[in-house]
Amino acid sequence: MNIVVCVKQVPDTASERNLKTDDKTLDREAADGLMNELDEYAVEEALQIKEAQGGEVTVLTMGPDKAAETIRKALSMGADKAVHLVDDALHGSDALQTSAALAQALRKIGFDLVILGSESTDARTGVLAAMLAERLGVPQLSLAGKVEIDGGNVRVERQTDYGHDKVEGSLPAVVSVVEKINEPRYPSFKGIMAAKKKPVEKLAVGDIELDAAAVGLGNAPTQVVEFAAAPPRAAGTIVTDEGEGGAQAADFLASKKFV
Amino acid sequence: MSTAKRVPAPDRNDFMDVDGLLNDEQRQIRDTVRAFATAELLPHVADWFEAGTIPDAPGLAKGMGALGIFGMHLDGYGCAGTDNVSYGLACREMEAVDSGLRSFLSVQGSLAMAGIHKFGSEEQKNEWLPRMAAGDAIGCFGLTEPDSGSDPGSMRTRARRDGADWVLDGTKMWITNGNVAQVAIVWAATEEGIRGFLVPTDTPGFQANVVHKKISLRASITSELVLDGVRLPANAQLPLAEGLKAPLSCLNEARYGIVWGVVGAARACYEAAVDYAGSRVQFDKPIAGFQLTQRKIADMLVDVNQAGLTAWRIGTLKDADRAHHNHVSFGKFANVQAAQRVARASRSIHGANGITLEYPVMRHMVNLETVATYEGTEEIHALSLGQAVTGVSAFR
Ligand SMILES: Cc1cc2nc3c(=O)[nH]c(=O)nc-3n(C[C@H](O)[C@H](O)[C@H](O)COP(=O)(O)OP(=O)(O)OC[C@H]3O[C@@H](n4cnc5c(N)ncnc54)[C@H](O)[C@@H]3O)c2cc1C
Repeated sequence: MNIVVCVKQVPDTASERNLKTDDKTLDREAADGLMNELDEYAVEEALQIKEAQGGEVTVLTMGPDKAAETIRKALSMGADKAVHLVDDALHGSDALQTSAALAQALRKIGFDLVILGSESTDARTGVLAAMLAERLGVPQLSLAGKVEIDGGNVRVERQTDYGHDKVEGSLPAVVSVVEKINEPRYPSFKGIMAAKKKPVEKLAVGDIELDAAAVGLGNAPTQVVEFAAAPPRAAGTIVTDEGEGGAQAADFLASKKFV
Repeated sequence: MSTAKRVPAPDRNDFMDVDGLLNDEQRQIRDTVRAFATAELLPHVADWFEAGTIPDAPGLAKGMGALGIFGMHLDGYGCAGTDNVSYGLACREMEAVDSGLRSFLSVQGSLAMAGIHKFGSEEQKNEWLPRMAAGDAIGCFGLTEPDSGSDPGSMRTRARRDGADWVLDGTKMWITNGNVAQVAIVWAATEEGIRGFLVPTDTPGFQANVVHKKISLRASITSELVLDGVRLPANAQLPLAEGLKAPLSCLNEARYGIVWGVVGAARACYEAAVDYAGSRVQFDKPIAGFQLTQRKIADMLVDVNQAGLTAWRIGTLKDADRAHHNHVSFGKFANVQAAQRVARASRSIHGANGITLEYPVMRHMVNLETVATYEGTEEIHALSLGQAVTGVSAFR
């Protein structure tokens, strides 16, 4: 089983994140980079499948040099090798372009199963899995809370508002995962030591038969036209409990669809 | 003049950018231990402290073992083989949660495992080290006795030969993890001088009793070990350990971890103080706005960062095989006192809240009383440093 996990380095949600004023892209240098949280679940799932079925786990990331930190984390967790798609021409690519670049890289690597988080904490478009599946012409099984491989098929429990659907598709396929799926392991120190020696292949746009004019900020089909800082948080509502505080709290939660 | 470059303001939680001195691997180990300790241990540690024990020590050992933290800086036998700075960082991040939890890993990795690694036979190493590295077996280290602390050469525990066997009699005191260990490294006087023995804790005549009524290092198990005619085969002796310098060299390893560990405790107290001072309002303003509080915070900031730099420097010397035991004494002496100052100041900033387990500060403060005592008291390190620079011994 040849599994490729797509991972993304995102700015730490705990640190301050800003868009740059000149090109309206995220200032990735200024913020601490972390592996996108849902991608940790994707890596874990890939490792569990490999441990049960054998095979190889390859990590694929597209991002600047700094994204090597995130590759290293995935390798420390136990992935076998990595491919880093890094090229200045890719800077500022939108979801459509990113999916085109990743699909080309995936074609080059070859795969039975592609696993990725169902969205990233920075852009939060949540469309990458669908775009990849479409471009690669393979089934997409999204929002997986459980994955089972059965011969040439993959079965997932797809999380929904009302519970889950059982969905099945044939391999090769693209699967996106949700948090519920597993408990990602901590990298072990032996894993951290071993990660240094694992192969990381760097690919540029020219290596994946992609036209540089098709990617990057200047050629993006979608654009950030304008942005504004989030307004300061509005003052909260104070409820004085005169016997029905509990009911009021429940009403509030219901109005926000929390209950 | 070149064009002015905007220099970013220092990070308040790493003011001197000590961690800017780390390489990728060291940073990754720091992040891993920090994430593990914060997610798996921090939510429970106040309860464990209040209960005066670690409720599931074997489970804790397995969790830490899975990370590879036990004996991480040793080579082979299932150990990860990291550098010493990485080991120090692991101690720092663990002790930022609690000194008792850092003690758990110090005793296992630096006292018990390092002792076996350094002085054990091949057979002993193969028998114990891989299981201890994985956290499947817990080890303890018995040097101190009720009447023999700073002066371990005065120990009364005896090992005598009986045919090919050894027979051990005596009492060890203040032994971390004694009640949960599968193997105790026991130091005893023989006719040829002090020797070390690997004592499986199920050997007849061996008994461990929990020390109760501690008001420091409560999230840690401390024991008395009673050895009453404990009969061991000849191959239980550590073949390469000769004389008192053998256990002292183990202590030097563990002490190195303390040099880093207390920086974590100090940092946690400092961060808690800055947060609390910013949100606690008295006399119509946050107490952070009073000059007396700011002086405390400035002093804490300096202590935390200087201690961090000292630890890093000793770590890099150790990685270059240039750390003398007096360097380690320097670090223990300086950093424990710095951490104690920080903890006390932080506790005062927290007012009444500061005396509870809702906040970490008094827990750290009282833990540090133990840390100042074990592995050589403050006074003993002062004497070591005094002797090192004056050439005159004032020990006796
Ligand atoms: C929680 C805890 C866990 C421990 N875990 C372990 C363990 O796992 N294994 C182990 O072997 N030990 C352990 N210890 C024991 C520890 O190492 C000893 O407590 C320490 O060595 C000090 O010995 P003591 O308590 O007998 O104090 P003493 O040696 O009696 O010292 C009492 C005081 O006299 C001072 N003093 C002594 N000699 C001199 C001198 N020459 N000049 C000036 N002042 C002097 C000391 O500095 C101290 O202030 C632990 C202790 C504690 C509290």
